[in-house]
Amino acid sequence: MKLSPRIVPYLQVAPLTAVLLVFLGIPLAVVVAVSFFDYDDFAVRPAFMLRNYLELFGSSLTYTLYLKTLTYAAIVWVLTLTIGFTVAYFLAFHVRTFLWQMALFLLCTVPFWTSNVIRMISWIPFLGLNGIFNQTLIALGLVDKPLEFLLFSDVAVVIAYVHLFTLFMIVPIFNSMARIDRAIIEAAVDAGANAWQVIWEVVLPLSKSGIALGSIFVVTLVMGDFFVVKIMSGGQSASVVLAMSNEIALLQYPPAAASAVVLMVLVILMVAAILRLVDVRKELSG
Amino acid sequence: MQSRHGADKRPWSFYVLAAFFALFVLFLYGPMCAIYLLSFQGPHGGLTFPMHGVSLQWFAALFAQHRTGDFAGSFLRSILLAVLVLGITVVLSVMAGLAFRRRFAGATLVFYLAIASLIMPGLLVGLGIGLMCQLVGLQPAWYTSALGAQLTWTLPFGLLIMFAVLSRFNRFYEEAARDLGASAWQTFAHVVLPILLPGIIAVALFGFTLSYDEFARTLLTVGPSNTLPLEIWAMTTNITSPALYALGTLTTIVSFVVITAALTALAVLQRRRAQRRPHAAVTR
Repeated sequence: MKLSPRIVPYLQVAPLTAVLLVFLGIPLAVVVAVSFFDYDDFAVRPAFMLRNYLELFGSSLTYTLYLKTLTYAAIVWVLTLTIGFTVAYFLAFHVRTFLWQMALFLLCTVPFWTSNVIRMISWIPFLGLNGIFNQTLIALGLVDKPLEFLLFSDVAVVIAYVHLFTLFMIVPIFNSMARIDRAIIEAAVDAGANAWQVIWEVVLPLSKSGIALGSIFVVTLVMGDFFVVKIMSGGQSASVVLAMSNEIALLQYPPAAASAVVLMVLVILMVAAILRLVDVRKELSG
Repeated sequence: MQSRHGADKRPWSFYVLAAFFALFVLFLYGPMCAIYLLSFQGPHGGLTFPMHGVSLQWFAALFAQHRTGDFAGSFLRSILLAVLVLGITVVLSVMAGLAFRRRFAGATLVFYLAIASLIMPGLLVGLGIGLMCQLVGLQPAWYTSALGAQLTWTLPFGLLIMFAVLSRFNRFYEEAARDLGASAWQTFAHVVLPILLPGIIAVALFGFTLSYDEFARTLLTVGPSNTLPLEIWAMTTNITSPALYALGTLTTIVSFVVITAALTALAVLQRRRAQRRPHAAVTR
């Protein structure tokens, strides 16, 4: 049997599309449907009502949570972008041999393939009251008693986010920088640009698509997080998804679903905004 | 770059950036190394330094079921699930990657479906799949609903890697094979597949490790029997002994074995290719 070449791509892409439709498309549609359902302490009943949304938008807690989550996202974005850009720039432009470049790049990426939960927990013996950091500070005579704000605080949450997510910035930015033609840099230098001007006016604009891709990863990962906030803040802080997971634990699915729909719309809008600024698809396939 | 500047003295900025890089690596690995050390804490030691002697007792505690829950069972399930996810991710991503080399109606739609899958908060996907199961009356289980949930995370990664690999793939190889009389299957098996093999190993590495450590999507879809990350998650809230670190050390060892195997396979492939085509190695 000979297949017509025109239907081959459809057959090739069908299984992946089917899996994504069944395990992403339909479930998200179910979430949207359930967000309009009625519920009480005992059961969830199919209905079409806006109460879940009215309660969500009527509660000041919602705005506090979103403000908190967006603040985390903004701080973590700035930190991961700064660190990620600097590390990628070092690897792409200052490490001279390909072998060293790959070795150092791998050194940065290996933790990505290990457990996030374990990497997060590893900060606990480091930041605690009797932790390594405080003991070092005391031994150096910098403080007389341990700093309490390190663990179970916003500081700990941000440190853990940066630790977990900076890789998502390094990889795409390095990928963009590796493709920059070195002749362009030479031309800029010959035209009299200093090192800063080369970074600002040449490297940064040409790494735009990598920065966009990394930003999409970091922002959506922080917006969707609940376990870092839960453990590292010691219950003193919260995020949108953590509040949602508490509702799920109480089997209050309709308000959790309404909250999920609002978050979903926000995340899609943020990503769409980034994609409008930079054509990431060209970067991926080109 | 090297030939032009090789003999130059390095600029001062190199040393500043190198120091920054070293600090970053320390930040990345330092805390992790601390918990690997602490997992060998003595019997009377606690969750932080100093070490009170050295022992393997926290590793032993993991295998005494009454103390830490079903560690062995969840470990086995996580490995099996990761292998399943690896297999499905590799096959479906390679197929879909090949499809995207031609124009077809709906390509953009499938692309954005994959992007949506990548950016969707994991717990939200889990909630959706959990609710879907309830609606249909299916009992969630690690080999059905959790498998599907994890695929929504690994497939987009697999597809993106295939995009990167195929963007460098020269189609003339395929046409040459066909001109020499190879069938479609022969062209795929003897020409396309070997060329794509390094990329496929990368997809496999992502498929296995992302599944093995997956947490947010699995939480609401796993059903009655836990996977290892969920077991660890439960431990973080109710176990306050170095046994938690011992589990962290063990699971990291598994990850490292998988990473090393994948990287070794890539290095061997690279070397074999260089040997088979000596002129290619020289011109590069």
